[in-house]
Amino acid sequence: MSDARSELTVSLWRGAQQGRYKSYNVPLRENQTVLDVVTFVQRHLDPTLSYRFACRVGVCGSCAMTVNGRPRWTCRTHVSSVAKAGRLEIGPLENLPVIKDLATDMRPFFEKWQQAKGAFEPSKTRHDAIDAIRPDSPARIAADAAIECINCGICYAACDTVRWNTDYLGPAALNRAWTLVNDARDAGNAARLAAVAGSGGCHACHSHQSCQEHCPQALNPTASIAGLKRRTAAAYLKGEIKA
Amino acid sequence: MTTRRLAHRTSVLWVAALVHRLSGLALAIFLPLHFLALGLAIRGEAQLESFLRWSDQPLVKVAESGLVFLLVVHMLGGLRLLLIENLDWRDGQKEFAAAAAGISAVVALILLVRMF
Amino acid sequence: MNVRLYVWQRATAALMLPLVLLHVAVIFYATRRGMTAADILARTRGSVVWAALYGTFVIAAAIHAAIGLRNVLIEWSPLSERGAGMFAMTFGGALLLLGLYAVAAVVL
Repeated sequence: MSDARSELTVSLWRGAQQGRYKSYNVPLRENQTVLDVVTFVQRHLDPTLSYRFACRVGVCGSCAMTVNGRPRWTCRTHVSSVAKAGRLEIGPLENLPVIKDLATDMRPFFEKWQQAKGAFEPSKTRHDAIDAIRPDSPARIAADAAIECINCGICYAACDTVRWNTDYLGPAALNRAWTLVNDARDAGNAARLAAVAGSGGCHACHSHQSCQEHCPQALNPTASIAGLKRRTAAAYLKGEIKA
Repeated sequence: MTTRRLAHRTSVLWVAALVHRLSGLALAIFLPLHFLALGLAIRGEAQLESFLRWSDQPLVKVAESGLVFLLVVHMLGGLRLLLIENLDWRDGQKEFAAAAAGISAVVALILLVRMF
Repeated sequence: MNVRLYVWQRATAALMLPLVLLHVAVIFYATRRGMTAADILARTRGSVVWAALYGTFVIAAAIHAAIGLRNVLIEWSPLSERGAGMFAMTFGGALLLLGLYAVAAVVL
């Protein structure tokens, strides 16, 4: 490494909705993630810092924070790829209430998930025959393309429509609704289409595509939402939904 | 309050969405004025003629060219949205958005040249 | 925005695609010729085609602009959804009346 710096200056958000950025100097190492840096601060410099993480390896989504203005998984963000001139600014995820420091209240995110009917509605019991779902059927391909969401909240934090429209259900909830709309086993699609066709539903999306740009799982909620727009419009024109 | 500097607001698609929104707003404000000007004709062609002569001023011609830019860029941006929403997903969104801006500028410039 | 407004907004948008192209062509034609009011009105007066095309354009634009404005107000202004809707409807109504007046002015 040609950079002779041995230290990194990090600004971390301290407080709740009101607060300020506080600076810390941490040792700069060759292989270092943003989560390593936050952990170092909490363990060695300031035990009062609050933050979330779990798996540390990019499968749980708990460590998502705003890093130099963009929402990212901090455990999968190398300091060398984001630190500008040896500086980093880390804050909690946007568009969610801040509990303390780097930890946000994820409840609005999950409540909207429920409002979008993002939960599977069974149509059979254990006594019925199992549905044969072909993995190469168009519906299953569409569902599979969107199914790997781990609810990290990055898309929700990146979305300006979420920021501007408090009713908007958001990319993750709508993306999940789309996977269920394409699930042949699901019995709840009439209610689900109605749920995503009201104000704050899929039609509020302007296709900025910030969600797709930031999703660490390379999902495309904009495409899922476009699918929902087509389905709900068709259902409306057939008189299946009232608006 | 937490930082509002969202770095992605410089991305091409975000700017395209902003241009689409602002051009729509500008056109919506312009339209009543446009209709009022045309409505002058109801009082006889002399009224409309004097308005047309007023609009011969260079600054007005530049403004008209600007309005055509706004109209075409809004239409092409809207076309991009209609394609996203109604067809299978395509890559190349950024290229389409950039091309839309480019085409609109060219159309507006050609018009400007014709008017002088 | 809900599904009903969405369908109306997208439908008027699609309808206006050829109308905008037509309008830009008309603008190009008119500017080259350096047309006077008399020249323009000679072409538009009594034209059923002109009335139909531009009448449609006005109606579609009024609906489309009103719904678009409503969305912008909901997201960017402190107005409630109801307030934004009322403002937008008023605006749309005004645009419709002014626009049809303008079409009548050049066609009749």
